[in-house]
Amino acid sequence: MSTSTIDVAARRVPPFGGFNRTALAIELKRMLSNRRTVIFTLVFPAAMFFAFGTGSDTARSVGDGNVSAYILVSMGLYGAALTAAASGAMVALERSLGWSRQLRLTPLNPVAYIMMKAIVALSMGAIAIVVVNLAGLVQGKPDMPGTTWVASALVTLACTSTFAALGVFVGYVVPGENAMQILGPGLALLSFLGGVFIPLTHGSAIWHVAVFTPMYGVAEVARAPLTGELPWYAVVNAVVWLAVFVAGAAWRMTKDTARV
Amino acid sequence: MTTATARQEAGRAATASQPAVDLAAVTKDFGSVHAVRGVDLRVEQGEVVAFLGPNGAGKTSTIDMVLGLSRPTSGRVEVLGLEPRHAVAHGLVAAVMQTGGLLKDLTVRDTLRYTASLFADTAPVDEVLEVSGIASIADRKVGKCSGGEQQRLRFAMALLPDPALLVLDEPTTGMDVEGRRSFWEATRRDADRGRTVLFATHYLDEADRYADRVVLLSHGRVVADGTGSEIKALTAGRTVRAILPGADPATLRALPGVDGVEVLAEQVYLRTTDSDAVARWLLTSTDARDLEITANGLEEAFLSLTSDDRTDDATDAVEGGLR
Repeated sequence: MSTSTIDVAARRVPPFGGFNRTALAIELKRMLSNRRTVIFTLVFPAAMFFAFGTGSDTARSVGDGNVSAYILVSMGLYGAALTAAASGAMVALERSLGWSRQLRLTPLNPVAYIMMKAIVALSMGAIAIVVVNLAGLVQGKPDMPGTTWVASALVTLACTSTFAALGVFVGYVVPGENAMQILGPGLALLSFLGGVFIPLTHGSAIWHVAVFTPMYGVAEVARAPLTGELPWYAVVNAVVWLAVFVAGAAWRMTKDTARV
Repeated sequence: MTTATARQEAGRAATASQPAVDLAAVTKDFGSVHAVRGVDLRVEQGEVVAFLGPNGAGKTSTIDMVLGLSRPTSGRVEVLGLEPRHAVAHGLVAAVMQTGGLLKDLTVRDTLRYTASLFADTAPVDEVLEVSGIASIADRKVGKCSGGEQQRLRFAMALLPDPALLVLDEPTTGMDVEGRRSFWEATRRDADRGRTVLFATHYLDEADRYADRVVLLSHGRVVADGTGSEIKALTAGRTVRAILPGADPATLRALPGVDGVEVLAEQVYLRTTDSDAVARWLLTSTDARDLEITANGLEEAFLSLTSDDRTDDATDAVEGGLR
């Protein structure tokens, strides 16, 4: 029968709960080799910038820069939000494929898994922001100080986490590949409502609704370095929606892992 | 058995004599459903153990607890002396599931690289690709692989950490005869090196032929535990089936060596240790016709052990199993 016994004591646990660069690199490669993700989250927002950012009044000044810069930051936010949401929705898709269960049979800690997914979502968001900004540079119309340019991009990236959480939440509520079919049009609608595509007139009927929607707050926050103004209710909006989506995602996930 | 070997080696490493799996009074409830109703089971290192039982017997629920995917409602589960989640974190336990568990958009090699990166120590990915016979499709997307290739990939993933305990859920479903044979050869080789294998199966001959030990589960309990031949010996003998209108169960039960009688419509099923005598009596003293004698396999053993609290499902199994 057995001629040797496997030495249990010699086995080690991986550091950082299994969090590692190889897995992270493969995850990123996966996202970037998905044609649908690339088109709808990277190419589309840049195209939207070209569509909205070429109007006649794009040279009019806004805060530190011009209208074109204002549109550039907005489209960067839209692209990053869409990308991060798509990355977040992958979590639920992987659950439905049994991949999460497979991962539970490895030393990968659930916290390390979420960390990796969050980093992938933010990296994809960052790529989307870079692509839109490159589109702006190539087109040449946006005008704002370099520091404002960088500050807006960084603040936009921070705001992206809200939509990564939204993606996870929606992904769990709507199973399978359908999540993006809801997130895509849904985020476009919220972007219209939140003044990402078309600036809102302060005090108008639509504005009274818009201030309560999830895109409004982050859009105001992301453009704050450029516009130099940041109403308190926009900050409250951004923080509350982040909390709502994170709580929603966490709630669905804990409910779900009970069955994994 | 392996117990003796494990004991001999106990001096080398304190943990070597730990049972691979140790379940003590384990129960698992899902709401009002009692999936597992008190299982005690000790599997030594290097054993190949089959979990046999119909759907709903508690096989999967028990395996999930061994893998740390769920916690028992009560009782204690230990794997190699560790709490299941810790055993998994140490790369000591691996499992192959029947379906799913793969990402279609990854290549075969990336799936293995990804999995390997999550463990502290693993065999080299290229070596595992070679051993598992999937080196030639390493750069193929998983979604483009056949069912058999995907199953080999699942095995390759499970073998990466060189697990001390390998848990298999219906491992050879969908494999052809040759694939099944070479799979079991490889599994036996690993078991001889000290790997413990626990597999759930519906294939009764597979459990009988390849497992050192067969554990029969029914309604969340272990109803029998022994070698395939021991299980068979529990209800030694044959089954005599015949068409006999108006059969009287009491008369039949009094026949020589008969320990089980079943009357379904006009058909009678008699489990007996003296099939010759029963057959002779049926054909000479009654109007019985269409007589058939079959040797009892594990399935009949299983049925006789679980026939006490028969449900509708079990009755279906009786009919299907004896025909």
